Amino acid sequence: MAELAASVSAYRRLVGGRIRADWQYRTAFVVFMLGQALAMTADLGAVGLVFANVDALAGWTGTEVVFLFATSGVSFALADMLVSPVEKVAGHLKAGTFDTFLVRPVGALWQLCGTEFELRRIGRLLQPVVVLAIAVRLLDVDWTPARVLLVAVSLVSGACIFGGIWVLTSSIAFWTVETQEIANSFTYGGSQLTSYPIDVLGAWLRRLAVFVVPLASVSYLPACALLAKPMPFDLPRGAAWTGPAVALLVCLLARAVWREAIRHHRSTGS
Amino acid sequence: MRTYLEVARATARRMSTYRGATVAGVFTNTVFGFLLAYVLIAVFRERGTVGAFDVADALTFTFVAQGLAMPIGVFGTDHEQAQRIQTGEVAMDLCRPYDYQGWWAAVAYGKASFYLWARGIPPIVVGALAFDLRLPSDPTRWLAFGISVALGIGVAFSVRFLVQLLAFWIVDVRGPSQVVWITGGFLAGMWAPLVLFPDWIEPVVRALPFASMLGLPIEVLLGAHTGADLAGVLALQASWLVVLVSAGRLVLARAERRLVIAGG
Amino acid sequence: MTSSPLISLTDVAKSFTVYERAGRVRRRRRTVHAVDHVSFRVEAGSTVGYIGPNGAGKSTTIKMLIGILVPTSGEVRVGGLDPSRDRVTVARRIGVVFGQRSQLWWDLPLRDSFDLLRHIYRVPAARHAATLEELIERLDLGAFLTTPVRQLSLGQRMRGELVAALLHEPPILFLDEPTIGLDLVSKEVVRSFLAELNRDRGTTVLLTTHDLVDVERLCQRLLVIDRGRVIEDSTVDDVKARYGTERTLVVDLVEPRGPLEVPGATVVRTDGPRQWLRFARDAHTAASLLAEVTATAAVRDVTIEEPAIDDVVRRIYATAPR
Repeated sequence: MAELAASVSAYRRLVGGRIRADWQYRTAFVVFMLGQALAMTADLGAVGLVFANVDALAGWTGTEVVFLFATSGVSFALADMLVSPVEKVAGHLKAGTFDTFLVRPVGALWQLCGTEFELRRIGRLLQPVVVLAIAVRLLDVDWTPARVLLVAVSLVSGACIFGGIWVLTSSIAFWTVETQEIANSFTYGGSQLTSYPIDVLGAWLRRLAVFVVPLASVSYLPACALLAKPMPFDLPRGAAWTGPAVALLVCLLARAVWREAIRHHRSTGS
Repeated sequence: MRTYLEVARATARRMSTYRGATVAGVFTNTVFGFLLAYVLIAVFRERGTVGAFDVADALTFTFVAQGLAMPIGVFGTDHEQAQRIQTGEVAMDLCRPYDYQGWWAAVAYGKASFYLWARGIPPIVVGALAFDLRLPSDPTRWLAFGISVALGIGVAFSVRFLVQLLAFWIVDVRGPSQVVWITGGFLAGMWAPLVLFPDWIEPVVRALPFASMLGLPIEVLLGAHTGADLAGVLALQASWLVVLVSAGRLVLARAERRLVIAGG
Repeated sequence: MTSSPLISLTDVAKSFTVYERAGRVRRRRRTVHAVDHVSFRVEAGSTVGYIGPNGAGKSTTIKMLIGILVPTSGEVRVGGLDPSRDRVTVARRIGVVFGQRSQLWWDLPLRDSFDLLRHIYRVPAARHAATLEELIERLDLGAFLTTPVRQLSLGQRMRGELVAALLHEPPILFLDEPTIGLDLVSKEVVRSFLAELNRDRGTTVLLTTHDLVDVERLCQRLLVIDRGRVIEDSTVDDVKARYGTERTLVVDLVEPRGPLEVPGATVVRTDGPRQWLRFARDAHTAASLLAEVTATAAVRDVTIEEPAIDDVVRRIYATAPR
């Protein structure tokens, strides 16, 4: 436990250091931030294009899909801000600087995410938060405390799931640095997938998204419960609350794989 | 002229050594192709056709777009030129006995020549196996497509050239570059076929250089433009190419002046 | 007080499997024995030089001592702990300086790096402040505290690395080529600092280096590794005595004259009234040679040069078993 406290404390300091360093280049920071916000806007624009042509997609209205998009977007943006720096591990391994993390008495993952923290990624968070706020108002839902809690829980557990996927897929770099880009298919691909109702997907992918790579619990299952949609595969309504359990499983798996990756690195020197 | 061919060939060879990255890129493109395809299928289930497109057209558009993204360079991840400007090596490049813009054009076409088959073909093949695509059998259509793609690569290059030149004025080009290419990619059809754009904005989107990079060539492949219409599209692409290349030379001249003043 | 060594390696081996391309598609597997059954012990408070040709296995050994690499076989103990198992605990008790890689944060002022490290190593604030002040003064970094690390010269950066490695007052310091690329003045600053550190605080120092003057100035013991094996493990003086069979008598004559002719010695250099006479250790004692010289010419002053460590080490490499 003291171990963890030290890691978190170190993480906080590293993040602070990074923010201070980046703040020296304020204009670049603002431009980047806008770029991030713009990226999300393009995704939203795609949803807009879809609903410029149809009124409903697999039974979901534009507002409902936007709600889905926004919840997924917030989770993804949170993970992006806090965990995505783990992607940089490939660069560190190539440059040989990863060992610097192993010299210190703090977990390498915390150091990596702290050292490479980029405040500008907060730009990715602004847009879906705003969109979510708007969608929540426009939706015809009776927002009971239970429902609000469901949304909050889903946002956080979604972030944990994306974070776990980020760590999992970035760990590939310890075995083969070149194919690390595949990680993007899972993280950004996952974001894309969770932005739309999985009803649109082919049956095989739908099954995958619910049972195997449980992305459905990020945004879709909670949305189904909130918007009174039929649950996929006749799952009970309670399945909407599986977010935290799934997040825990994914994070445990991610932690195990990351540790194994480091063990491998220490054994072969990569 | 031979120098430029050599540069192109050498660049293609250089790209081919990154085997792992190429495989990873193909995988990513294919995954996105699938995800976008499913959404479009759902759209076309509601509406049989959008503009002149039916679902087969839209799916073909999507997978071809994913395949062509890297060759054309719509991702905007290529910062080689800006890096050389930042390190100052550009001073050396500008002293060489060849045209600076021509050189980078050769690099762009060199990369494209490798990516066209290495990253272009696999997503289309996978897409064709999983869905019913509509790829033409008419060789003249493919020829027109080839010309249009060649022009598209040029248009994309000329925009990239301009953006990279910003490195003469600002420290980190990646920010503005991202803004340009995300917007550009969207307007080029990476997120959805051009026909999906609302009627009131569609003409504007088509007129912009981004559509000329990617969206229009794919529509040519699908046979959406024939006869005089086709000539019009190719002329539009060519016009953008001329305009942007000229703009590039103008900006380059100013940049060179800046280099002389600033450096030694 | 136990007399168990602070650092010990027992029959440690580290092998890597290297894949080489043989032909167009096939790949050949080759096992490289980077460290081939090495054993040595380092007592607390000593300074040990760990030298060897490139690729001999020095960096690999250091990495195993730090815990970055796990040995294929054998036992490593640092402060009684196994670094491959207790990496974090060991990390708290060691300081590391890599000559070729920085441990500081590139974009941040030096001071910020030190502050970050305080939190990473959990050093109490008051203690940290005192240690930092002392180190800054000894290494003369006061003027550079607010400079971003990327703007520092190599010499300044290396001094910064030393501070960073010692902020948590570790009993053991590992240095991997600390003086590489430094100018002579900076090298001297680093060397005298390390000598003081060992003498005043009793810090155990293990350093790898290619610069044999580092060894000469700092190390009591010398470990020579070649092709993964330790080929020499003794004190510097001992090594010099065994391999440095030749010494040099430098005489300042009252008047310059032609090269002296003394049996058992060769004049290798003259410079005005000064002459360098090289002689074999077992042919003469310095005293007997001096007696012979003064019999032939008037001598105003004399010094004795011990064998250069470079020559000594070169000889060690040359006589190493194949």
